[in-house]
Amino acid sequence: MADAAIHRVAATAAVRAPIGEAAAAWLLTAPAIVAFVLMLLVPTIAVCLLALTDFELGVPTFQFVGLDNFAELMRDRNFAIPVRNTAFFVALVAPLSILMGLVLALLIEANPRGRTFFRAAFFLPVVSLMVAMATAWQYLLHPTIGPVNAILRDLGLATPNWLGSSEWALISIGLISIWENAGFNMVLIMAGLTAIPRELYAAAEIDGARSAWARLRLVTWPLLGPTMLFVVLITTIRAIRTFDTVAALTQGGPNKASELIVYTIYREGFTYLRMGYASAMTVVFLAVVLGLMALQTRLIERRTHYG
Amino acid sequence: MDDRISKTLKSWLRDTPRLALLAALAVVFLLPYAWMLAVSVKPKSEVFSAALSLWPATWHAAENYGQVLREVPVLRYLWNGAVVCALILAFQLAFALPAGYALAKLRFRGSRTLFAFVMLGLLVPAHVPAIALYIAFANAKLLNTYTALVAPFTISVFAIFLFRQFFKALPDDLINAARIDGMNEASIVWRVAVPNAWPAATAFAIFSVVAHWSDLFWPLIVITKGDLYTPALGVLRFHSQEAGDDYGALMAAATLTMAPLVAAFLVAQRRFIEGITMTGIKG
Repeated sequence: MADAAIHRVAATAAVRAPIGEAAAAWLLTAPAIVAFVLMLLVPTIAVCLLALTDFELGVPTFQFVGLDNFAELMRDRNFAIPVRNTAFFVALVAPLSILMGLVLALLIEANPRGRTFFRAAFFLPVVSLMVAMATAWQYLLHPTIGPVNAILRDLGLATPNWLGSSEWALISIGLISIWENAGFNMVLIMAGLTAIPRELYAAAEIDGARSAWARLRLVTWPLLGPTMLFVVLITTIRAIRTFDTVAALTQGGPNKASELIVYTIYREGFTYLRMGYASAMTVVFLAVVLGLMALQTRLIERRTHYG
Repeated sequence: MDDRISKTLKSWLRDTPRLALLAALAVVFLLPYAWMLAVSVKPKSEVFSAALSLWPATWHAAENYGQVLREVPVLRYLWNGAVVCALILAFQLAFALPAGYALAKLRFRGSRTLFAFVMLGLLVPAHVPAIALYIAFANAKLLNTYTALVAPFTISVFAIFLFRQFFKALPDDLINAARIDGMNEASIVWRVAVPNAWPAATAFAIFSVVAHWSDLFWPLIVITKGDLYTPALGVLRFHSQEAGDDYGALMAAATLTMAPLVAAFLVAQRRFIEGITMTGIKG
């Protein structure tokens, strides 16, 4: 295919003047290049350089401090806690929201009846203003007047202070994220399911895969591999970036119990204005995101090929 | 005839466990919406006493929504949100459509490098350049402006990537015919390529509007003046400063700011789902 493309391009290029084509290309890409350099490339490089300084907004002078910020990060309890919280949070939200999305997708795709309604119902959180929904969740989870605890009380169960206690705050934020992400994963997986050729199921049945479970294991699961890789990547990144619910509901509290890393960067950089230190945190954040993406791609590719 | 009815009945019966399970899950998923709407029309006394009844004993909608509209310029927030989303989308399309076309259909030195930068840009979360952009905007005295809200998002590497993929599938004959007709490359982009790119452009538009309507991180950083609040920022401020425990008014505010997107979603469900999943990579 690449060969054909090259031949085609070469053939048409021979007819036209290549210089005119290149000039047109640079003209057409120029606005995007300028915006990319100004808004993405230079600021990202600047953040990496700021991470090596003690820059604070409002302080007139600053100096190069080498890797001091990173050394401080390693010792800083106020950074270790959000890192640990974020790791726990991703480990909670990613598997559960993917599993939920998978269950929903399989249930909905099993029969066209009710498909449109259910898909819309579960997808609704994705298009809802998250800050607004956070306030709704805050009422639902309110320790004394909230419906969730009212139900638990009627059942004679314990009524935790969901968002206000250090045992439950992070888990509560996690539950809201699972609720938010399940529908998103569901539609991605539904798209993957519809791409599986129907004949394969018939063929598997003839070959002895009699039960629905056997066909799920032998046909659906392996063919869903590439979709699942994509879903795992996206969900992990969405979870690691969680900010809105923390900012709206707990501000990281109580006592940092629900503080996630993007909220720490926000507070350090934009409330305390310690830009150099917050930049170092940002660099670590970026490194973790890139590392996770590389790792997951490699692990899952290996399993989908040889598993 | 009887046979057909019994067959339909049987198929429903066999489907019942699945439908029941899905319905139960849907109820759980929709609970926050049900209570949000219910509380937004309840008087304060009921909010604090009867947590489990959804239907209000006394109807308090006018008071709650009236209070929100009086105390908070919600319509102003919605207008800001609409302006910001429209400007961002306009710039993103104006920059990304020609760039996507050039990367897909034109042969020039450096196109591989440019594409490598696009792929690199896809990997960087929007939070990463934020600190440097904030310092730049602060120095340029551009905080608390529409410019600060819009400028960082005028470039979408994802849009470039998406349109490049889309234009690659466009037949070369179409473009060559336009060239023979004497069109230059710029008019080919806008008069030949773009009219064929509506599906991709619509999908991207929905994705972009949903993302920026909901964005809290960046507006929270660059906007401190109330008359420039976006819907997300408005709800957050109302939540933390003014409402306290006044859940009726708070839910009314939440409902009002969420309504436009949810309404649009319910009208064009299929397009929304296509748009957001097709472009999910940066979601």
